[in-house]
Amino acid sequence: MSASISPQILPSEAETRLEVQPLPLDRLQQMYRTMFLIRRVEESLLQAAEEGKIGGAMHTAIGMEANAVGAAHATRPDDYVTCTYRGHHHALARGMDPGQAIAEVMGRATGFAKGKGGSMHFVDPEHGLMGANGVVAAQVPHAAGMALAAQLRGEDRVALTFFGDGALYQGVMHETFNMAAKWKLPIVFYLENNRYSEMTPIWRTSSVEALYRFPRAYGIESMQIDGNDVEVVYTAVAQAVERARAGEGPTFIEALTYRLAGHMAGDLETYRTEEEKALQRQHEPLMVLRNKLLERGARPEELEAIQAQVEEEVQAAVAFAEESPWPDIAQAYTDVFYL
Amino acid sequence: MPKWTMVQAINQALALELEQDRRVRIFGEDVGRNGGVFRVTDGLQERFGEDRVFDTPLAEAGIIGVAVGMALYGLRPVAEIQFAGFAHLAFHQVAAQAARLRYRSGGEHHVPLVIRAPFGGGVRTPELHSDSVEAFYAHAEGIKVVIPSGPYEAKGLLHAAIQDPDPVFFLEHMKLYRSLREEVPEERYTIPLMEARVVQPGNDLTAIAYGALLHTTLAAARQVEKEDGVSIEVIDLRTVHPLDEETVVASVNRTGRALVVHEDSRAASIAAEVIAVINERALYALLKPVRRVTCPDTPFPLPAVEDVIVPHQERIVRALRETLEP
Ligand SMILES: Cc1ncc(C[n+]2csc(CCOP(=O)(O)OP(=O)(O)O)c2C)c(N)n1
Ligand SMILES: [Mg+2]
Repeated sequence: MSASISPQILPSEAETRLEVQPLPLDRLQQMYRTMFLIRRVEESLLQAAEEGKIGGAMHTAIGMEANAVGAAHATRPDDYVTCTYRGHHHALARGMDPGQAIAEVMGRATGFAKGKGGSMHFVDPEHGLMGANGVVAAQVPHAAGMALAAQLRGEDRVALTFFGDGALYQGVMHETFNMAAKWKLPIVFYLENNRYSEMTPIWRTSSVEALYRFPRAYGIESMQIDGNDVEVVYTAVAQAVERARAGEGPTFIEALTYRLAGHMAGDLETYRTEEEKALQRQHEPLMVLRNKLLERGARPEELEAIQAQVEEEVQAAVAFAEESPWPDIAQAYTDVFYL
Repeated sequence: MPKWTMVQAINQALALELEQDRRVRIFGEDVGRNGGVFRVTDGLQERFGEDRVFDTPLAEAGIIGVAVGMALYGLRPVAEIQFAGFAHLAFHQVAAQAARLRYRSGGEHHVPLVIRAPFGGGVRTPELHSDSVEAFYAHAEGIKVVIPSGPYEAKGLLHAAIQDPDPVFFLEHMKLYRSLREEVPEERYTIPLMEARVVQPGNDLTAIAYGALLHTTLAAARQVEKEDGVSIEVIDLRTVHPLDEETVVASVNRTGRALVVHEDSRAASIAAEVIAVINERALYALLKPVRRVTCPDTPFPLPAVEDVIVPHQERIVRALRETLEP
């Protein structure tokens, strides 16, 4: 079974070997900070969900943080991003305020969408996050539309769209591949392949074994990378973005990764073994980056200091959210139409 | 003033928008080089270039999904769906994405896009090509559904739709494309959305219609007025969702009788909604139950019997007379 469809294989086994230029130490530390922030925000959210403080479906990206952080660093703040309901990490990586993020998930009036979007619909146009989407693959053509608009207006923005392995089998995905390739759109298709669609491993449902080869039928350049190594992600996205900005068209990146928490808060996880999780934990993104940093001369105290700082920030953000007011009932009636 | 068909009036409106607003982009299947299967976009690509008017692959969900992204970016996309019945393939992108993004984002997003699509009977195309789809989209909160009743109306409403901050589904009745000509000003003018029009004033009954059947309803009303010596107010809804309740309610409060006519089938239709509004807001003014003349709850009728099943003048006359009985 190929790495694309087998959760028994580590992301480091990805097939495309990229030439990865080491990033400067301070950049890597910054990345570590953001990845740790995402991890702690999401762990706090899971905790809050367990305490009954969060209603509805909440999906975390614990174990997938490097995808978001590497990509955010390889794009410009004014590039446009769309992603899935599993989108906390992308918003935080692009700079969303953690307090606003947590408040939104808790349904408070101080959330970025006044409590109307919730965990599944993160949005922050100011930081280029044009929308997470609760429906699998729905966000993909939106990114293509943004790429088309940029191209038509002669602006050099790039659109980057994230989706899961399950999205590949949606029709609109293929409608979008065709348009993006035919029109040479400045778009990056980024597959966060965690090898599961909800509770079903992808090998049970996929007719193809190497997912990154799929869009080659449309003439789209593609690669399969280690999505848990932030430097690799950075390199891949930087290359894809450069191609897009140069007018060379779309790139498809299949990033192998693994979701360490359940599909959503409260998931019983009956579909995988502890052994499998233990295996995948050996190559989880925070650890990969931590080892890298230590190897390259960062001192453990430095990392501890970063963590302590983040810890404080997250606690403040949670407190801000919990103390925030609930939305007014009038909110149910506004923002349907412009008036 | 020139006398134009609805095809010409819409073509002219699109040309003016392209000329006056750089943000406007027009696209769809056969829309660019060929000028559309009904030639509504004829000559536009030649005049404005492929960056402004272009062909897409046959991919309805993709077309609307891409239009959503363009609108979020700040353009004013005008997407054509070749026949309204094909919009079912894009239903999700229309009803759950375009229509909902403003709400979902707490007002951060604007999706000012227009979807144009032909529909309607009387031209012998089978179901899916003829289907009335307005009720599906009327139920999708956050999108306006507009159906013009002729060339003059089409031009003014389309200008308003393209400049509207919200998504608009603009449904063009195929039978109206070339069957009548009207005087249409060459310059740009707008007709406000969400405002119905009193086509002719009257005192004894309010007849409510839209699209092609407005004309049949008007003819039926005039026949009954002439033969029975009554006076009938005729209203063109123009925007079928959200409804202009005020115009309808004010009229029925005065006349005490109402009839709703449309080509769409009956259950959970625009007529059902109009009647519910009348019941809520003008029930005590009613002298008779409100009736509706519609297609039956079947797929759009087969070509050979279309003319007898789609509401026609005789049926509307009969319903008017029954509603006018003391
Ligand atoms: C169109 C659609 N069908 C089904 C669902 C329910 N659903 C939510 S997440 C999910 C799994 C998607 O898997 P994948 O694309 O691999 O993303 P992941 O959750 O693994 O990040 C499903 C089936 C949905 N949200 N949208
Ligand atoms: Mg998955």
